Parts: sequence; structure tokens; C-alpha cells
Amino acid sequence: MDIVLIEKSILVVIIFAISLGIAAYSTYFERKFAGFFQDRVGPNNAGPFGILQPLADGAKLFTKEEFIPTNANTFLFILGPSLAMLTACMTSAVIPWGGTLEVAGRTISLQVADLSVGILYVFGVVSLGVYGIMIGGWSSNNKYSLLGAIRAASQNISYEIAMGLSIIALLMVASDGTLSISNIVNFQINNYWLIVYQPLGFLIFMICSFAETNRTPFDLPECEAELVGGYHTEYSSMKLGLYLFAEYVNMFISSAVMATLYFGGYDVPFLADFEASLGHNLVTILGTLFFFGKIMLFIFFFMWVRWTIPRFRYDQLMKLGWQVLIPLSIINIVLTGLVLTFVK
Amino acid sequence: MEQFFYFLSFLAILTSIMVVVSKNPVHSVLYLILTFFAITGHYILLNAHFLAIVNLVVYAGAIMVLFLFVIMFLNLNKDAEPKKPVAMQFASVLAAGLLFLVLVAAVKDVSLGTSSIPVSNIGYVSELGKLLFTKFMVPFEITSILFLSAMIGAVVIAKK
Repeated sequence: MDIVLIEKSILVVIIFAISLGIAAYSTYFERKFAGFFQDRVGPNNAGPFGILQPLADGAKLFTKEEFIPTNANTFLFILGPSLAMLTACMTSAVIPWGGTLEVAGRTISLQVADLSVGILYVFGVVSLGVYGIMIGGWSSNNKYSLLGAIRAASQNISYEIAMGLSIIALLMVASDGTLSISNIVNFQINNYWLIVYQPLGFLIFMICSFAETNRTPFDLPECEAELVGGYHTEYSSMKLGLYLFAEYVNMFISSAVMATLYFGGYDVPFLADFEASLGHNLVTILGTLFFFGKIMLFIFFFMWVRWTIPRFRYDQLMKLGWQVLIPLSIINIVLTGLVLTFVK
Repeated sequence: MEQFFYFLSFLAILTSIMVVVSKNPVHSVLYLILTFFAITGHYILLNAHFLAIVNLVVYAGAIMVLFLFVIMFLNLNKDAEPKKPVAMQFASVLAAGLLFLVLVAAVKDVSLGTSSIPVSNIGYVSELGKLLFTKFMVPFEITSILFLSAMIGAVVIAKK
């Protein structure tokens, strides 16, 4: 029992460190890509190719003046960014990062918790994620912050519905009676990846992921052209840093969720055939590396969209959520049901 | 297990009291969210994983976000608070007192036996699904249609 606890603790620390590392370097690559898309150089002064830029940004944010508005609710003002960061980091516990490793006669799974309701856990954390923004925006006691917070809340609720409905169609294909995520990856190892069965579901899920992470074209909660800075207008120093950082962690995690649910997770076609020659552990590590490759592609896609597409108007955002995505996802469920009934 | 139960119960009762006592409605909603978390913990202790996570998603996640949303919009403060007539205050005290009487009457007959937490698999998704689609088929389907019509209604209103 105790050794399992130690293994899991080590795994948690590693995943936490990797999430933060990738989030930090996502900021660097976002700025590099932005430079590329806009025909500029991007950050290039801190270290070779500007590779130390995230460290410089971190040092800057940590040493800036801490400022809390007089009429703000101090406790909630501090709680806001903390909650945003906490909920961003929570999802990684149920994602299977790889197969199993065999160390000293023990089989170690590269998934911290294989919950029987894993998918719903992801969904639950996503639905809690908006509290950080709402609490921060309200406690700032600033009308622009409040408007940002309210936009975040209504956007989050609207797109959660379509997201949940697209997951229902996915489960109709892949579930064997539980909602565990490792199960869904196993289904994809034994069959095709779920993108083949659920192309429309994936499209809906991806659009909703953009909306839930408040990335462009859905970044209306911090729409700087109308709301100064949106929900984090009043924030400075590392509290602002945490909000910005949480967005990148969220982006990494939702990329991981999309890669797991629709692109086979750590599954690589034909890699299992090499298990005899390469050894079990090496195959597992290669699978994990490929999984991170898939995640990187999704993160790149997030950035590509951000620097290509302008943001929606608010009524367009609501129209897309309620009048396009929800009917589409219901049609997707019905179609999936028909195909499962008559084709199989 | 028992320590967890007592801790969660203490948390649930404390936060419920804070919901009522808090002056600021936003604080009340935040305490209510904590109450839902404590109740989710109780479901997990009862091995009802599905119910636990759905409680988290639906109540702590969606419904409380809506509550917070509405309260933030109303921007309640001392000046805006409407004056309630004395008759209404008297009526609400009476109603609350009667509810309290009923609760006390219900608690009076409770026997404090030693009950252990029952361990069953009924809370698992597959078991729950089987039960819902066999024994409770009709009510389940009717509820689904109700929810679907509510959702379509929202879309129709939005389209106007």
C-alpha cells in the first residue's frame, strides 16, 4: 500500500512539473508563433533565440508591485487566481499519460487515478474552472472586471451543454459500462481512433474546448478592445501571472484531453509489434512521447487559431453555442444511435 | 472512514449555517458551493461515484454558477434592498417556525443505532444505468423529454 502511495506521489510531482514547464514554454512559443504569423521576429533577446524569455517574464511578474484595490474584497481577490490555477492543474490526475512501466518487478501505471467516472471528473473540473474568473472579476469591484466575469460564466455554461452532449455520443461508441478514461484509450488501441467514429463529435468538442479555455476566438471575458483587461483588469504582479498561466495550463490539459479521447492517447499504430525487440518499458516511453507529440500539435493548433481568426461578437458567440452546436450535437447522438443499431 | 464522515458532516452543517448567516449574498453562494462539496464527499463515502460526480457537475458546477451570475447582476447592497412590510416578516417567521417544528418532530423519533456505511455497487454507472433503463424506464424517459423540451425551448426563445 505504502509503495503505491510513493509511486503515485512521484508521478503527481512529475506531471505537475511537466504541466508547468510546458505551460511556461507555451508562452514563449505563442509569442514566437505570433511573430511568425505577423512577419516579426518575436522575443529574441533573453538567451539564444530568446529561449530564456519565460524565466525573464516570471522574474518580472514576481518582482512587480502587488496592488489590491481599496474597495476590493481582499480575501476573494486573492482566492480568485488561486482557484483558477488549482482547477487548471486538477484534471491531469485522470489522464493516462502512458501504458505501464515495469520497474524492479512492479508494474507501474502512468495514470494517477483511474476513476470509474473519469470523463465526468474532467467535465466536473471544467465546470468548476469558471469560479476563479467569476470570483476574481466580482471581487475586483470594477465594472469591466464584472462584465468579464459575467461573460465568462454565461459562455462556460452555454458551451458545457454541447460539450457534454458530444461526450455522450463518444461514450455510446466506446464505453463498456464504465466512464473510465483508460477504458476509452484501450478501446482505441483495439479498434480505430475515435476520430474515425466521431468526426462531428470531435469538431463540437474542440470548439467547446476553445470556449472553455477562453482562447481566441472565444476570449470575450478578457476582450481588451471593450473591457480594458476583462476579469483581470485590477490584477497585477504574480496574481495576474497566475491568471495568464492558468490559461496556458488549461490549454495544455484540454489538448491532452482531446488527444486522449479522440486521437488514441498514448496509442501508436503498430508500436506494439515492436514490443518483443524493443522491450516493454521502451515501448511505453515511446508511446508517452508520441502522446506528448499529439498534445504539442493541438497546442500549436490553439495558437494558430488565435493568431489567424478574429474574436466573435458576443451575440454571435451565444448564437453559435445555442443554435448551432447544441442542435448539431443532438443530431450527432441520434446519428450515432442509428448507426450503432442498424450497422453493427 | 468514520473520521471522514464526521469531518464532512461538520463541514456541511457549518457551511450551511454560514449560507444563512452571511450578510453578503455572494458569500452565501460561495458557502453553498462548499456545502455541495461536502455532500459530494458523502456520496463518495457511500460508494456512489456517479451520483457524487454528477452532484459536483450539476449543482456545484452549473447551478451555482447560474446563482452567482444572477446575484452578481442584481448587485445587491443595503440601499437597493426593498423594505419588507411587517405582515410579510411575521408570515415568514411563522412559516420558518412551522418548518422547524416539522423537522424537530421528524428528528424526535430517530433511533441512534450503530449503523455502518453499506458497501454496495449500486452507485456504479453500469448498475445505475441498468436500473434506470429497466425498473425506472418510464419516469427516466419522461424526465429526459422534459429536459430536452426545456433545452429546445431555450433555443427557440433565443431565436426570437
